[in-house]
Amino acid sequence: MNTSTAITKPGLSRRRFIGTSALTAGSLVVGFHVPFASRALAQSNPAPALAPEVNAWVVIKPDDTVVIRVARSEMGQGTLTGLAQLVAEELDCDWSKVTTEYPTPATNLARNRVWGNFSTGGSRGVRESNDYVRKGGAAARMMLVQAAANDWKVPAAECSTAAGTITHQPSGRTTSYGKVAGAAAKLTPPTEVALKDPKDWKIAGKPVKRLDTAPKLDGSQVFGMDLKLTGMLNAAVKDCPVFGGKLKSFNAAAIANRPGVKKVVAVGDSGVAVIADTWWRAKTALDALPIEWDEGPNAKASSATIAAFLKEGLDAPQAVVGNESGDAKAAIAAAPRKLEAVYSYPYQNHATMEVMNATVRYTPERCEVWCPTQNGEAALAAAAEAAGLPPAKCDVYKLNLGGGFGRRGAHDWVTQAVLIAKQMPGTPIKMIWSREEDMAHGKYHPITQCKMSAGLDAQGNVTGLHMRISGQSIVAGLLPQNLVNGRDPVVFQGLNPSGTEGRFSYKVPALLIDHAMRNPHVPPGFWRGVNLNHNAIYVESFIDEIAFETKQDPLALRRKLLADSPRNLAVLNAVAERAGWGRPAPDVGGQKVYRGLAQIMGFGSYVAACAEVSVNDAGELRIHRIVAATDPGHAVNPQQIAAQVEGSFAYGLSAALYGGCTVKDGRIEQSNFSDYPVLQMAQMPKVEAILLPSGGFWGGVGEPTIAVAAPAVLNAIFAATGKRIRDLPLKNQSLRRA
Amino acid sequence: MASLNVNGTQREFQAEADTPLLWVLREQLGLTGTKYGCGIAQCGACTVHIDGVPTRSCVRPASTVAATEKIVTIEGLAPNASHPVQKAWAALDVPQCGFCQSGMIMAAAALLKDKPKPSDADIDAAMTNICRCGTYNRVRAAIKQAAGGGAAA
Repeated sequence: MNTSTAITKPGLSRRRFIGTSALTAGSLVVGFHVPFASRALAQSNPAPALAPEVNAWVVIKPDDTVVIRVARSEMGQGTLTGLAQLVAEELDCDWSKVTTEYPTPATNLARNRVWGNFSTGGSRGVRESNDYVRKGGAAARMMLVQAAANDWKVPAAECSTAAGTITHQPSGRTTSYGKVAGAAAKLTPPTEVALKDPKDWKIAGKPVKRLDTAPKLDGSQVFGMDLKLTGMLNAAVKDCPVFGGKLKSFNAAAIANRPGVKKVVAVGDSGVAVIADTWWRAKTALDALPIEWDEGPNAKASSATIAAFLKEGLDAPQAVVGNESGDAKAAIAAAPRKLEAVYSYPYQNHATMEVMNATVRYTPERCEVWCPTQNGEAALAAAAEAAGLPPAKCDVYKLNLGGGFGRRGAHDWVTQAVLIAKQMPGTPIKMIWSREEDMAHGKYHPITQCKMSAGLDAQGNVTGLHMRISGQSIVAGLLPQNLVNGRDPVVFQGLNPSGTEGRFSYKVPALLIDHAMRNPHVPPGFWRGVNLNHNAIYVESFIDEIAFETKQDPLALRRKLLADSPRNLAVLNAVAERAGWGRPAPDVGGQKVYRGLAQIMGFGSYVAACAEVSVNDAGELRIHRIVAATDPGHAVNPQQIAAQVEGSFAYGLSAALYGGCTVKDGRIEQSNFSDYPVLQMAQMPKVEAILLPSGGFWGGVGEPTIAVAAPAVLNAIFAATGKRIRDLPLKNQSLRRA
Repeated sequence: MASLNVNGTQREFQAEADTPLLWVLREQLGLTGTKYGCGIAQCGACTVHIDGVPTRSCVRPASTVAATEKIVTIEGLAPNASHPVQKAWAALDVPQCGFCQSGMIMAAAALLKDKPKPSDADIDAAMTNICRCGTYNRVRAAIKQAAGGGAAA
């Protein structure tokens, strides 16, 4: 068996590798062939010596400890545990003896990318690597059995496994994985492996505890920011606050005498850093450093100019079609009744709890990076490029991520850290952004506007639907080489005619969904939930608008339009039933409670939510309860899926209630949690997560639910107040009853 | 040389008078369990106890803490993570990324000392720490479990 065949395809240049491997989320799946990962390289840069490796995925120590290698990054979403469960399931090992480790990106290259893709985003950890990681576990099991059978001189077929023990059934002899691992490692891997039927799972599919909790309870977990290396210095950095601007000058002499300051350096052509013995001294010295910026051509841009730029796209003749059936424009024009609504979605910062940081030791011969990254290989590519060294002379050691949400799939901060460390060769330098720098230099949730138009017949049936999105393309901003004839496929998440990245599931006689790309100067990024977030708001709000205008029940209308989509219907019906749709919700604190619905398919999964809210006479919103249902196909760890669903409402409702970055004088106006507030415990609703795994496919769970959080609440607000909120965040809107 | 009593030990260090306690703990004393999140006392990731009072150490100059005041960080909360809050956290698998959890745990431990049976309103008022992964509901449940209230809403 060759576990890498499924993901290794020839024909991509190194440039392509850098670009594609920087992809952190969304739907692009590109095969990799890395020309510089040759056998010669493998010999000159051997993998570090490790305990007996049965195969790339499984190391078993003599004491029966099982080390499972995980290529994807753990950032809270539970992938470390979930992927280990899948390997352990096929390996038939003792779960209580499982630990995990990350292979390094350079080792992956040196071993012909045996661990496949490191990219962790797009809720793809389990859904894209489940097949080859399970095969890795199954192949290791077969090799362990063969090694025992060889030792006993019996046919392997007479041996069985359970919890890390091999039994020769006829004789009753037993041995442990640890005892035969060394011999197993010398065997030729099997060419064909069979995988278990998920109904026979004992470790996968079970609500096992996470493997990484203990060090997060006593302060011992080392996050990127916590790394200590001998002789290490610290750096604080500032980039031109106006995107696209440059560094003009700085007066290093003004801070040269401050305590601990070692050096003040330019970072590329747009930034400046202070290197000091401690970060606090570096940061305060940087704050005192006189800096002049050349703010460049974007210095006059504002939220108003950006909004006008996008508004023009709502009616522009040119647009890229994402989904089309029939002649929607003609159907709407001919309809006796038309409905139209314009919506917008703002820029948002990921605001990971741990700000961007990386530690680098550079010498002219080698560049090493320690960092919390969602994609070790893309971090390696960024480091190599900034260092001016071949990737084989660099490596990246992944540290625990204090949140990712897509931000740590882009590696502008690795580039900076390498450029800083290059100016003090041999000295490890830890670069940490301030929260203010993190807020000012995000890769923001793309900004969009949307015009929804529907034609309705005399009975209130939809005859045609046109959805025009105008706004920013993440792919154009981050990975322009991945645009296909000017088309950004990720724009149409949840709106596609078919496919795992989100099928538009409502059936209407004529449909047109198109995108007028308008890219302001603010850099966009993959932001947990990505384009599904605003697409779901636009579609699910407008479906509710149609229901209201045609005097139909929002649930009944959805059921009618989803008649051919049983999985969408199943999750929708589940939340409606659990929430008690159709019966009044009990009052809370003397306030009437109203419900709103939303459903969508994206990231390979089907999700729905019912929100219960109240709005008092002062217009104050309270979200009391969320019922959410998810069909991810196979469910690898139900309790962690529930955690992801709960967390998705914290993230999605933060975005809906508070998340908005505004632009003034070309820069982001928000600076910290004081002016970019996020959801706290007092605002967090009760979440009832219903898991409906229908089997037969592998969907993601980290992101899809975020998309239904906002529209379910917006629809409930309409039910409560008669106010249709079409522009976010809610903090800017009055909810006093109309 | 200045001196602080941290986790039961008197520790000597050198720092400018305006250096926040957070950075003295992290950079001078090597206690990196206490986190930097915002630097302006908004997020609570830097929460430690000073004489039992939950304190956001990112805005508290270390020079304003007397050598006799007892500072407790996440590393010193309880041996082998045996504090009831830590045990409840483990039982309910609370952390996701984990970055905010030191501050969450310190805030929760202080709350329970003050109010052994906190109401939901008490929890809302005391637990203003920011978690971006969204562990809030498990945090609430774990606080109630640690308080002996059993499984919580």
